Amino acid sequence: MAASMRLLVRRVLRLSHRNINVAAAGGSGRSGCCSGSSSCRCFSDATGDRSTHFGFETVPETEKAKRVYKVFENVAQKYDVMNDAMSLGIHRVWKDMLLHAMHPQPGVRLLDVAGGTGDIAFRFLEYVQSQQERQKRRAARSTQTPSWQDISTNYSTEDKDGPQESKAVVCDINKEMLKVGKQKADSMGVSAGLSWVVGDAEELPFDDDQFDIYTIAFGIRNVTHIDQALQEALRVLKPGGRFMCLEFSKVTNPVLARLYDTYSFQMIPVLGEVIAGDWKSYQYLVESIRKFPDQEEFKGMIEDAGFYCVHYHNLTGGVVALHSGFKL
Amino acid sequence: MLCGLYANDVIDSHNLPTAVCVHQLHSSPGFTDSCYDGLYPGHIQTTPIQKALLAVGSGVAALQNPYRHDMVAVLGETTGHLALINLRDRMKNDPEGYTILTERPRIRLSTLDLSRMASLPDGSFGREYLRFLEDNHVTPDSRADVKFVDNEELAYVMQRYREVHDLLHTLLGMPTNMLGEVAVKWFEAAQTGLPMCALGAVLGPLRLNSSRLQSLFTSLGPWALQNGRRSRCILSIFYERRWEQNLEDLRQELNIEPPPVILSAANKRST
Repeated sequence: MAASMRLLVRRVLRLSHRNINVAAAGGSGRSGCCSGSSSCRCFSDATGDRSTHFGFETVPETEKAKRVYKVFENVAQKYDVMNDAMSLGIHRVWKDMLLHAMHPQPGVRLLDVAGGTGDIAFRFLEYVQSQQERQKRRAARSTQTPSWQDISTNYSTEDKDGPQESKAVVCDINKEMLKVGKQKADSMGVSAGLSWVVGDAEELPFDDDQFDIYTIAFGIRNVTHIDQALQEALRVLKPGGRFMCLEFSKVTNPVLARLYDTYSFQMIPVLGEVIAGDWKSYQYLVESIRKFPDQEEFKGMIEDAGFYCVHYHNLTGGVVALHSGFKL
Repeated sequence: MLCGLYANDVIDSHNLPTAVCVHQLHSSPGFTDSCYDGLYPGHIQTTPIQKALLAVGSGVAALQNPYRHDMVAVLGETTGHLALINLRDRMKNDPEGYTILTERPRIRLSTLDLSRMASLPDGSFGREYLRFLEDNHVTPDSRADVKFVDNEELAYVMQRYREVHDLLHTLLGMPTNMLGEVAVKWFEAAQTGLPMCALGAVLGPLRLNSSRLQSLFTSLGPWALQNGRRSRCILSIFYERRWEQNLEDLRQELNIEPPPVILSAANKRST
C-alpha cells in the first residue's frame, strides 16, 4: 500500500515538472527532429511532450515506446539468429553467467521482464530442474533403504515436486516476441511452470511482493523511464528478493573500446540487413547501447530506487555488465 | 567521435545531404515515411567498408536463397556504381531518356490504368504487358526501394531499371520461370553492364536442367546477348506513354528481334 502511494506521489510530481517544462520552453525546444542536420525544418507536436533519445535521434517520450515496439515487432522472427550472429554466440555465455550468479533453488519464483523469446526463463527452469535432481540424488544416497512410508510419500509427491514448484513468468510489452518465445517453448516441450504475460516494465500487471527474483536481460535500455521500471521491480519483489540486470555497458579498455565501436557500427547493421532484411532496427540497437548510462551511473540509479547491496560485474571487458541489488 | 565513423565520403558535390523532416501532428508510421535522413526517402548512408561488407554478405545470402530478392537488390546497389553512371549518361544523351530523368515516372499499380489497358487491342504493348502480369501472377509493386546508392539521380536510374524489368519480359516474350529469367538477365547484362546482372547471368544457368541449358546456349542465349548489345537503351523509353503502340512496332524501334523460341508461362512449375 505504501509503495503504491509513493508511486502515485512520484507520478504527480513528474506531471507537474512536465507542465513547468512546457511553459518554460515555449515554442523552441519542443518535440524532436532528426539530429545531425543543419537544415532541419520541424513542426512540433501539439501536446509539447518532453523529448528523449531513440538511438542518436531525439524523439518525444510518447513516441519512443511506439518506435521501440515497432523495432521488436520487425526483428522478433530473426531475433535469436541475429543474437548468435552479432555476438558470435557469446550472448549464451552471458546468459549462463547470469543464471550461475542467480543460483536459484527449487521453489523460487522468477519474473523475467522484457523476456521476449524466453532465453532466461528456459535456462532458469533447466537450472532449477538440475538442482532438484542433484538434491534427489543426495537424498537417495543418504537414505539407501527407505521405509514403506517414505516410498509411498515419494510416489504421491513426485508430480508436485516437479517444475511446478518453481515458476517462471515471462513478461514482455511486445506480443510478437512473446509469440516467438511460446513457439520455442512448444517445440522444446517445456510448458510446466512457465507463463507468458503481456506487460509494460514501467507498470507491471502484478501485485506487490510477488517474486523472489526479478531479471531483465538486454531490455532495460529500451524502457523510456528507467527509474519507473526500477521502482516497479522493487514493488513486485518480495522482501529479500533479488534484482538482476544484464545490459550492455561501457567498455573500459580503450583499445577494446575502439574495436568494439568499429565492429558495432560497421558490422552489425550490415548483419541486420543481410540476415533480417532490416538495417534501421540494428542501427537503433547499437546507438541505444551508447545512450545507456555506464556501470557506476546505473548502479546509482538502482540504489536511488531503493535497492541495497548493489553490485555490478563486468563481462567481456565491460561490453556487458551484470548489476544486482536486494530488496530488504 | 562516434558520428564520424559513419560519415559518408561518397557524396556527389552537387547533392549535399540535407535532412528533410516533416513531423506530423499524429504519430509518424515508420522510419522513412515522413522524416528521412539522406538524399531520398529510404536512403541509408553507408561507409565504403559497410558497402563492401554488404556486397559480400548479400552475394552469399542471394546465392544461398535465390528467393531473397532484397539481397539481389542490395548486391546490385552496392556493386553497380560505375554501371549506373554509364546508364545515366546514356539516358541524358537520348531525348526521351532525358525526359524520363526530369519527369521521374514510376511504374506502380496505383499509376497504371488497368481497365484502360485491358481494353486495348491484342498485340498492343499495354495489352500484352497486362497479359504477362496475369499469366505469370506478378505485380509491378513487388520491387524493393533503393537504399544504398549515394546519389539521388543514380538511385532513380536504379529504381527505373528494376521497374522496367517486367516490361522487358514482355518485350522479349520471356516468362518468369528460371529459363526466362536467365535469358532476360543475359540481355540485361549485355545492355546495362551491372555486375549483379553479370553474376546472375553466370550463376543462373547452374540451376537449369540439361535440355533447357541446351536451349539457352544454342538459341536463347546468343539471341539475348546480341540484342542486348545492339538494342537502344531500354531505360530511355517512356513506356507509360506507349501502351497503345503495337508490340512488334516497339520491338523494331528498339532494334530487338522477336524471340527464337516461344516459351509459355505454363513452364513456370518446373525449372
